[in-house]
Amino acid sequence: MVLSGILFSIGTAGVFLRRNLIIVLLSIEIMLNAVNLMFVAVGRYRGVVDGQIITFFVMTVAAAEAAVGLAIVIALFRHRETLVPDAFTSLKW
Amino acid sequence: MEVAAFYIFAAITIVASLLVVGQRNPMYSVMLLITSFGGLAGLYILLDAPFTAVTQIIIYAGAIMVLFLFVVMLLNVPREEPLPAAAAQLIGPTGLKIGVVLSVLIAAQLVWALMQIGTRSFTAPPTDISDVGNIGRALFTDHAFAFEVTSVLILVAMVGAIVLARKEH
Repeated sequence: MVLSGILFSIGTAGVFLRRNLIIVLLSIEIMLNAVNLMFVAVGRYRGVVDGQIITFFVMTVAAAEAAVGLAIVIALFRHRETLVPDAFTSLKW
Repeated sequence: MEVAAFYIFAAITIVASLLVVGQRNPMYSVMLLITSFGGLAGLYILLDAPFTAVTQIIIYAGAIMVLFLFVVMLLNVPREEPLPAAAAQLIGPTGLKIGVVLSVLIAAQLVWALMQIGTRSFTAPPTDISDVGNIGRALFTDHAFAFEVTSVLILVAMVGAIVLARKEH
């Protein structure tokens, strides 16, 4: 469980501190994996199989989200030719 | 023996994740994340969840990371460049250090909160939680609705990804 918390904070640090969009997406995947680990551990602790079922669904949702996120990154790259998060400022006032 | 295996897999996972967020070449980051997933799969096996371990290798390391690799190679993602001069005065190396300190604080807080749960001694769970038949039975009876909705979700994600990544004519 401690391991899961550490992994989650590593992922969070990656999301905030990296200037490359793809690595930001990778850090989100790290966070999702940390949460999966927690689910499986707690499921085993309570003796139910639900932990693994939740993990199964989380993995599926993560796959869908990675696909859509990467499609967005591709579209953004075509527009601006850069992957730095600071360059996409058209929504700011 | 199991404790040693736990520490080995945990160390692999943490070091790989730290290197994913800490080093500059995105191709190395993806490979390191695959290593991290391998470590996590070992941890799942130790936690009595072989089905989850195998599905993680197949879905995560096999499909999602390959997708990431495709995109990294397609877009020719460059190495991360340092902050431009204008922002560097604002944030600068101290900004990065403050970020690292803050994330260490988050880690410490999460670890402290998780330790408060207390470590009751763990009776060995009934061995049928790892049985794939039981997982399948629960998936198709108790969680059947979520299962069907997930398939719709995948369809929507597929259509969305194709639409988003299409070339404009």
